[in-house]
Amino acid sequence: MSASSYNTNTVNKRLRSKKRMELISTSLATLILILGAIVILIPLVWMLSTALKSDAELFTNTSFIPRDWAWGNFSKAWNSAPFNVYLRNTVFITVSCVIGALISNSLVAYGFAKINFRGKKVLFAVLLGTMMIPGSVTMIPTYLLFAKLKWIGTFLPLIVPSFFAGAFNVFLLRQFILRIPNDYSEAARIDGANEIMIFWRIIIPLMKPALTAIAIFEFNGKWNDFMGPLLYLRKEAMYTLQIGLRTFQSSNGMEWQSFMAASLIVLAPVMIIFFTLQKYFIEGVSMSGVKN
Amino acid sequence: MNKYKYRKILKKYEGYLFISPWILGILVFFLLPVGYSIYISFTKWTILGKPVWIGLDNYSEIFRDKSFYNSLLVTFRYAVFAIPLGMIASFTIAFILNSDIKGLSFYRTIYYLPAVVSGVAVSLLWRWILDPEFGLINSLLAMVGIQGPGWLSDPAWVLPSYILVAIWGAGGGMITYLVGLKEVPSSLYESAEIDGAGFFTRLFRITIPMMTPILFYNLVMGIIGSFRKFTDAYILGGAGNQGKFYLVYLYENAFKFFKMGYATALAWVLFMIILMLTLLVFKSSSLWVYYESEEN
Repeated sequence: MSASSYNTNTVNKRLRSKKRMELISTSLATLILILGAIVILIPLVWMLSTALKSDAELFTNTSFIPRDWAWGNFSKAWNSAPFNVYLRNTVFITVSCVIGALISNSLVAYGFAKINFRGKKVLFAVLLGTMMIPGSVTMIPTYLLFAKLKWIGTFLPLIVPSFFAGAFNVFLLRQFILRIPNDYSEAARIDGANEIMIFWRIIIPLMKPALTAIAIFEFNGKWNDFMGPLLYLRKEAMYTLQIGLRTFQSSNGMEWQSFMAASLIVLAPVMIIFFTLQKYFIEGVSMSGVKN
Repeated sequence: MNKYKYRKILKKYEGYLFISPWILGILVFFLLPVGYSIYISFTKWTILGKPVWIGLDNYSEIFRDKSFYNSLLVTFRYAVFAIPLGMIASFTIAFILNSDIKGLSFYRTIYYLPAVVSGVAVSLLWRWILDPEFGLINSLLAMVGIQGPGWLSDPAWVLPSYILVAIWGAGGGMITYLVGLKEVPSSLYESAEIDGAGFFTRLFRITIPMMTPILFYNLVMGIIGSFRKFTDAYILGGAGNQGKFYLVYLYENAFKFFKMGYATALAWVLFMIILMLTLLVFKSSSLWVYYESEEN
């Protein structure tokens, strides 16, 4: 009798202490997460705060809250360099690359995923192998190739390679297509459809989430690309936003409020896309890293 | 009949047709440049005029070049500190997010944000944050009475500056860890708990061993990534050549000094280094990477 009451007592005590431990660990975890989030956000908030400070207070007011709320900084920065031209060039390059990447990568991925042909395994191994080789190794010879083709100073070196499929994108799309059951395609094949029809009518509509992920990656990569335009563009009328931002900064000394305002405008499309389409983003990243 | 024959031929080659964009790409934008670059690396060439064959001279010059060793050291030191620290940071975050914490998608969005925003805009932001007089960090330090260092202008503080920027952006790896953590079978934890295993035993005996393939993947990618570092190194710079990463040095040789042959040789040395490192990581992986299928 007394032994059993002793037992329930200790069990209760143990349960209580376990609950307390859990409470402590959850609050500690939440605290770390919140602190981490603050560390991530502070630089971006500082960016916005700098962009809204007037010339006079930039070096005197170190607080996060601007005294003057100089919203005019954004239009002033934008108009003090041909940013409209840079924007147009960047949009043109980025959109072309996204179209090229979608077409070429989905075709190649379908070929590797669903069609049998001789040498497929070897070719796929080659594809995976090229993923390991950074573009910096082929940078100079590729530059020389484009120089031979007289493409330097045009948008072509920045756009054309996107139409020839990239190893990483092919790998990602192939993983996705492999999960699509063959039943639909078989049924269509019995009805006399050829591979192109199957690809276009059945596979493409089912691939939309993965294609969205590819489109976002390509968009981000090309929008933020600095080295490509730095190597290949010559005239200011052809500059992209990244190159424009760099020249704007090196010719305007210490106008940090203008740089931050212009930088925020350049970052805005990327952030908007991330916040609205992050579901696809995260799915894409998840698919790439696991089960390699 | 003819149409049937035509179809049959098409059927035989349609696989190649589908992958033809990649095949063409690999021939024109990969094999051709790679082959050409082997030749160029044995020549002296300033773009003007014709390449002049000089045999192995570029390679022997590299090994006598102090700037080459400097850029290698800068890149290596960065990789040695930034990769493990970044991995620990993002693994910890993923580990915490994997427990039943409220607001998972909120935190995930915030932590992933630095991986999305990149390019010149963010490099400029960091230059401003690290400004010795008016930058955010030194202003905050001044508030508690500490005189902050000259970050990018003091050679000793250049590496810490780059590590700081890298850790801020480490959240990108978090998502792959998060996916991996979700795939660890919960039965493992349950039986461990029955055996009375505590938090740290579970972490070091179950979670981390099960995660080694993903840690491994991120390690390889991190090493390759540090040899690819360009935009922020170009914009941030750093005193005493302490910010001159390998790729920046290569770029300068090619497009500032127009030493195409020498720069191409540098690219080949870079390739060999990456290859050796990757092989080393792969070889050592059998010691510490756990693959489920091996056990079955």
